[in-house]
Amino acid sequence: MTDLISMVVAKYNYWIYITLMMIGLYAIIAKNNLVKKIVGMNIFQTAIILFYVSISVKKGATIPILEHGHGPDAHHVVHAVDYINPLPHVLMLTAIVVGVATLGVALALAIRVYNNYNTLEEDKILAQIREK
Amino acid sequence: MSEQYPALLVVVPLLSALVVSVAGWVNKRLCFPIAVAALGVTAWSCVGLLLRVLDEGVIVYKLGGWTPPMGIAYYIDYLNSLVLPVVSIVALLNLIANKKGIEQQFPDKTGPFYTLYLLMVTGLLGIVVTGDAFNLYVLLEIAALTGYGLLAMGEERAPLATLNYLYMGTIGACFYLLGVGYLYIVTGSLNMVDIAGLLPPLYQSKAVLAAFIICMVGVWLKMAFFPLHAWLPNAYTYANSAASSLIAPLVTKVMVYVMIRLILTVFTPEFVFTTLAVSDAVVWLAVIAIVMGAVLALAERNLKKMLTYIVVAEVGYMVGGAWLGNRDGMTGAILHIVNDALMTLCVFMVVGNIVYKVKGYAFEDLQGLFRKMPFTMAALVIGAMSIIGVPPTCGFFSKWYLIVGAISAGHYGFMAALIFSSIVSVVLFFRVFEICYYEPFADHHGHDNHSGGMDEAPVSMVVPLLIVAVILIVVGLYTGDIVNHVIQFAIPEAMV
Amino acid sequence: MKIIGLIITVTTGALLFYAAGDFPAWSDPASPASTYLSPHFIEKTMEETSVPNIVTAVLADYRGFDTMFETAVIFSAGVVCFFLLRISRREDEEPETRYYRHVLTGVTIQLKEGHEIPPSADFERIDSMWTPPDLIIKTGCRLLIPFVQLFALYVIAHGHHSPGGGFQGGVILGASVILFAISHDLRTAVRRMSEKLIGILCAAGVLIYAGTGALCLLLKLNFLDYSALAGVLHVDPITARSHGILIVEIGVGIAVLATMIWIYNNISSAGRYRQGL
Repeated sequence: MTDLISMVVAKYNYWIYITLMMIGLYAIIAKNNLVKKIVGMNIFQTAIILFYVSISVKKGATIPILEHGHGPDAHHVVHAVDYINPLPHVLMLTAIVVGVATLGVALALAIRVYNNYNTLEEDKILAQIREK
Repeated sequence: MSEQYPALLVVVPLLSALVVSVAGWVNKRLCFPIAVAALGVTAWSCVGLLLRVLDEGVIVYKLGGWTPPMGIAYYIDYLNSLVLPVVSIVALLNLIANKKGIEQQFPDKTGPFYTLYLLMVTGLLGIVVTGDAFNLYVLLEIAALTGYGLLAMGEERAPLATLNYLYMGTIGACFYLLGVGYLYIVTGSLNMVDIAGLLPPLYQSKAVLAAFIICMVGVWLKMAFFPLHAWLPNAYTYANSAASSLIAPLVTKVMVYVMIRLILTVFTPEFVFTTLAVSDAVVWLAVIAIVMGAVLALAERNLKKMLTYIVVAEVGYMVGGAWLGNRDGMTGAILHIVNDALMTLCVFMVVGNIVYKVKGYAFEDLQGLFRKMPFTMAALVIGAMSIIGVPPTCGFFSKWYLIVGAISAGHYGFMAALIFSSIVSVVLFFRVFEICYYEPFADHHGHDNHSGGMDEAPVSMVVPLLIVAVILIVVGLYTGDIVNHVIQFAIPEAMV
Repeated sequence: MKIIGLIITVTTGALLFYAAGDFPAWSDPASPASTYLSPHFIEKTMEETSVPNIVTAVLADYRGFDTMFETAVIFSAGVVCFFLLRISRREDEEPETRYYRHVLTGVTIQLKEGHEIPPSADFERIDSMWTPPDLIIKTGCRLLIPFVQLFALYVIAHGHHSPGGGFQGGVILGASVILFAISHDLRTAVRRMSEKLIGILCAAGVLIYAGTGALCLLLKLNFLDYSALAGVLHVDPITARSHGILIVEIGVGIAVLATMIWIYNNISSAGRYRQGL
């Protein structure tokens, strides 16, 4: 029992990201409103960003910017254990930008859909298509 | 210069996309020549690379001069050096053929259209050439975003169909990204070759298993593998013809390439086919994909939508072939990437010509086309022969390898599905030919054009189409060389 | 659809929960991710690129190729929004009645049947929905915007030494212009920064990045190998990398700035470029 609890506590970042991600996935699949689906898509992407960023954390380490980079103390030795892992941060900068770009395109498409059908509810749009 | 080909083939279309975008604001007439020149240079470097790989073997190109696990590197081996020329030549021919159509449809927005077109080609080439798992994700998103933009400009239903594609595409890309994250968390690396080296001790790990499943589901979503195909037919049907005849041949095929790359290089065949014993189930899924694609195509009364269902069925061919787990099946799948890209291009360009002249692609619009557009219809006949699998067109040979692979794997269901879909294709296309052969009734539309005359699409559209049709036969005749000199080395020795 | 969604969600979630069992614990310094590549970045960045901010160094140099495409992604998003939404002057049905406002006195004129006033500084075109911008908001934003922009420039320029860089600075710069467009209206903002300028800046930003890379190629080194710039900049190869990073960060900043505004303009006015929000 204590094993289970300690495992749950030690990996709580994973449980949170999975829950968030599934909320987003459910919204994309099950929601009827097109903008709600876009919101779900954004939650889905954000959950992955959370996952990556949580990988980079190290106990007892600080942000990956070297102290005394330049100046008189510049040449002291840098220990990897003192700084957190920079790579996931870099990757997530890219993923954030991709998320923003996707969001912009999705909203532009939603505007186009709205111009055509005057509604964003998927079932009403499908009913309009069937009538034609 | 030739040592810089790997960089050129991505950088040239990217830079020219930017230049075209500026030219669109200054002088619209410059856009098309710049785009064609750029794609020409790209195609040249792709062919140059293929020849170099045939000479020297695998080429590694270090971007930024950093050694691979630190920086990003390109690995050009036999597999992607075969796919690269196909992608660039398809893009080039399609651009030339659709110049008139683009100017007719988007008189004010040719600049943005060519920009997106070039960016899309950049993305697709980058996906094929890269050796870094995360870099692949970024390029995947470039290809996807520009694809949404291109596909959404079409008929009234296009934006909604594209929005659905966007939801599915984003889920697919995010799943792939998550899979890469899982691999990163257990190995600490993002370089494909490096990951492959670090994975063997971890084959029993649950995280690696989950990474594989998530990556595969993501890639399947993107390539519209059967249960996940629902977005594809509408998105491709309602788009403008220049976009659909770029995207239909390339995107699904490039995604199949990504799947094969993941199986062969990242996870290695040993893990996929020996440690995981699921290949039988996937092949059965492919069987369903082929059968359903063929049946749904039969139900359509509309040429373009019928062709999109054929694309779904063809994806089933390639996935099934790759998962048979033997050398012949894999050869067939890789060969089919090349052949299917070319034959899908051929038939979609035919649709483009028909739309340009007749303004429709439903079956009733096709009447009398054999007389009106003889060259276009000749190309359709060759494309259809290739899809059906009649020698000497190239479609026959990849289907042959797939069937041989199915027999040696003992998977007769897959073999039956291949034969079934060939028979259905015969029915599909001969039905189209029959409609095209008969004249419309005299009182049908009241067209002003006198009956009996030829009304062919412009030369700039017909010539690239006929070139594609000839390529279909030439590739078919040289299949032996392609297999013996290229594909044979693309598959690891370990696979028998 | 709801039930199917629930089934898919639960299955996927179960798979992910199952896989998380084999992950290293949170913030474990001995996990493979923290011990394989990252020590090299942390310990060698200073001597290899001379940039103390490791994230900046990895972003713009070690993995600079990713970042170039990331800029291209945002550029293509801008182009897609323009391509999808912008209604060209030819297709846009002009309203029968046009309204003009005399800037100094605030008198509004109504012109019917497509009459126009030749462009002059005295009159500005307004829409029928026009409401006068609130004085407090207008003045407040005027005071705020210069400082926002100054901070943005600091974030770009100081990205080597503190959190920041091209993306963050570019977004702040773009936000300042969008703030102007919200506090006044879209017509005023577009008059200050025309659509053509935005479109060209967008491409120019990415061009700076890709062009720097191509310059390295012309100088006989690999694409994006900034140490090739040493000869051009008259510094040693390590410092050249640091300067190269700054150049591409500026390009990224310009591209992000222009794209943010472009996307905002197109989406907020649905491509008509009239009143905006």
